[in-house]
Amino acid sequence: MDTREKDIENLKDYKYGFTTDIENIRAPKGLNENVIKFISNIKKEPKWMLDFRLKAFERFKQLKEPDWQKPKYPKIDYQDLYYYSAPKSMKDKPKSLDELDPKLLETYNKLGIPLNEQARLNGIAVDAVFDSVSVATTFKGELTKHGIIFCSMSEAIQKHPELVKKYLGTVIPTTDHFFATLNSAVFTDGSFVYIPEGVRCPMELSTYFRINASETGQFERTLIVADKGSYVSYLEGCTAPMRDENQLHAANVELIALDDAEIKYSTVQNWYPGDENGKGGIYNFVTKRGLCKGKNSKISWTQVETGSAITWKYPSCILKGDNSIGEFYSIAITNNHQKADTGTKMIHLGKNTKSKIISKGISAGFSDMTYRGLVDINSKAKNSSNYTQCDSLLMGNRCGAHTVPYIKNKNFDSNIAHEATTSKISEEQLHYCQQRGLNSEEAVGLIVNGFCKEVLQQLPMEFAVEAQKLVGISLEGSVG
Amino acid sequence: MIEKLKLDFDRIVKTLNISEKDIKSKRNNLQKFIESGFPNRKHENWKFLDISQIIKKNIGDLGFYNDYSIPNKIDTSIFVDGLEHNKIIFINGRIEKIDFNYEDKNYIEINDQTNTEINFDNENSLIDLNSAFTNKVFKIIIKKNYSFKKPLIIYHVTNEKIKSKNINLRLDFELEENSHFRLIDFFTDSSHKNFTNILYNFNLKKDAILKNYKIDKFKNDNLRYSFNNIEQDVNSISETFILSSGSDFFKNEINCNLKGEYSSAFVNGVISLRENQQHEIRTTINHLEENTKSYQLIKSVLGKSSKSAYQGKIFVNSKAQKTDGYQLSKAILLDETSEFNAKPELEIYADDVKCSHGSASGSLNENSIFYLMSRGLNYKQSKELLINGFLLDVVEKITDSEIKNLLKNMIGLEE
Repeated sequence: MDTREKDIENLKDYKYGFTTDIENIRAPKGLNENVIKFISNIKKEPKWMLDFRLKAFERFKQLKEPDWQKPKYPKIDYQDLYYYSAPKSMKDKPKSLDELDPKLLETYNKLGIPLNEQARLNGIAVDAVFDSVSVATTFKGELTKHGIIFCSMSEAIQKHPELVKKYLGTVIPTTDHFFATLNSAVFTDGSFVYIPEGVRCPMELSTYFRINASETGQFERTLIVADKGSYVSYLEGCTAPMRDENQLHAANVELIALDDAEIKYSTVQNWYPGDENGKGGIYNFVTKRGLCKGKNSKISWTQVETGSAITWKYPSCILKGDNSIGEFYSIAITNNHQKADTGTKMIHLGKNTKSKIISKGISAGFSDMTYRGLVDINSKAKNSSNYTQCDSLLMGNRCGAHTVPYIKNKNFDSNIAHEATTSKISEEQLHYCQQRGLNSEEAVGLIVNGFCKEVLQQLPMEFAVEAQKLVGISLEGSVG
Repeated sequence: MIEKLKLDFDRIVKTLNISEKDIKSKRNNLQKFIESGFPNRKHENWKFLDISQIIKKNIGDLGFYNDYSIPNKIDTSIFVDGLEHNKIIFINGRIEKIDFNYEDKNYIEINDQTNTEINFDNENSLIDLNSAFTNKVFKIIIKKNYSFKKPLIIYHVTNEKIKSKNINLRLDFELEENSHFRLIDFFTDSSHKNFTNILYNFNLKKDAILKNYKIDKFKNDNLRYSFNNIEQDVNSISETFILSSGSDFFKNEINCNLKGEYSSAFVNGVISLRENQQHEIRTTINHLEENTKSYQLIKSVLGKSSKSAYQGKIFVNSKAQKTDGYQLSKAILLDETSEFNAKPELEIYADDVKCSHGSASGSLNENSIFYLMSRGLNYKQSKELLINGFLLDVVEKITDSEIKNLLKNMIGLEE
């Protein structure tokens, strides 16, 4: 058996674990000004963009890596990483899909994401990001008709510099925390979305991230701007090959909703979680933040986190506009030696702002799961309210489930309610299902899906089906 | 401050009649405190209320020297009426009187220990400070099968004669098998701007029952920190009630280790604050064995510019199956300037457990006020009635009816 076949043999566990043999162009190893200039140069960026990066890098040099999180990990040597890796054939960007490297197309087909427009019937526009660059964006023509801009970040910097300049870094500034600042300095690609005033985006927009090269960190940057009265629903999916080493993924996602706009952001994160013994896997240290800038705006995060060796992220909402709404729906599942420290922040600044947090955590095997959240109602946020519910389900006594909510109420007109429970699947429920002919795995699957229902409902249809299956797969072998 | 600390420490050591070894251990504690200093907001436990800032703002420089050789006069007017009780009286940090008149002396042993070492893990510089400066550490042992006939009231009194700006107190209690002990801490102050640092160590053997009531009722401008460490053996029960209302700053910490099966811990607290007060209750309940139980209920009523915080943690070891843990914190904010912070935390490593927490905060319900006013009460009366009802709920949790009634009278709550 050659290695290729072996790989396929392994796919039973993690079916996205294959690698693609593609020639890469890489930046020199390590992190310094020259590497940043290299990245900026290869992407033919204007000077203001390079300045933005260098400013972030200056700041990064002064920052210390945070260590307050629950899942500890061996120190990352930031000088031992490649910060840019791109398929060679992308150097002179193909004009259309026909010119795309067939190997790349094949990779995405294998992942179940056909980039070929004709092959797509379900009407989701996709931007595919392979290692450091965006390889293809579909349905461009249809979107342009509505004035919607959906392209890779690099393209946006070239073609829509005024928009990028206006919004980039306004939610996650270059002076933010360690990983966000690192991203600001070295980010490679990502998606850019702009929905013009009063437009309701006719289809789901989607980005698919794939880490392929080894020893590479993936640093994408996504920026979504919904102008007055517009609506967009955006999906994000991620996979990576199986490798013994740990790989770093430190993305930044910024959402901006102006007056009466609504952004719905859904993630199904299925990075390689490492093997049963906790070897390898992705470190998923992502900064996601949304700003409800205008009145009556709404941002809703939905996430299904099943992958990654370590997940460490808090998709947040800053509710600045009066009457704005923030929502967070999350399912996080950890199995084997996976660790997750995730949750959200709801920062109420405007009047009559509302937020809702529904978090479901499931831990099995030797894994550890933490919900960490902040609800902060400012003294000016009159008549605001928050409702938080976080439930944890434990399977076995070698895993852990933790809840660490921070609640700050500085406004006497506002209400905060918080509820959390931790329990296991009751014998009665299992018995009931088994009596009716389900085996124990199916029974657990059914109960877990019921437990997660509130969140799964929030996902767009195609994703919901996918996510439901994913929930089942992630927990395979944890029962008994 | 470091110079002052060392100077005062040397002065105190001279007046103490203790062994070289004990002095060395005290000096170690002092060194540890000097290295870490007062905790500040960088420490997770002090995130909401930063004591180093509060001391700086309210007191300024602390003095640590106290002359413990001269006795203080006991003012009997402070004694609690309407309840027969045993007494321990601290005046300005000096123990003036130990009076167990109502009890059978054969069942109570009081040891004066010079060793100030503590036997639990801590990374708390205030405990180091306490160990360095505490004057005498009494250990009270309640013998097997003995139930206290009357409660013990510990009076914490300060007056204007106090020399230092900081008082460190410590008492150790051992409740032997099947003993039963009720303890009330009562604070009365006429000194100004002092920082009191209290450490209690409880060791509960099998079937022992401890009830501790902390009453900080009279308005004063002192700062107070209290740490209770409670170790619990099989089938023991601890009940702690905190009335946190009088001092400018008061932080109560309860650290409870449920080390025996079927042991249980109850913590109930009322925080009622007026202008500029800042109070906090922080609890850590460690469920270490099977079938242990804990229950916590904390309610705050916050007036103008006041701030309260509740940090509660339930830790469940992987061995501690069938744990039952519950936390609830509620707050009513009465003014635009009041602030409530909470961090109810669960850390769970066992699967067959039932743990939950809840937290709610907001203003008084306008509909309820309307209901009462439409029945003839004025706005103020309606408000008071609602607040009383809100707080009464916690007081009702007290299992000792004698003390429950005393407290109801004291707070002015009526059914």
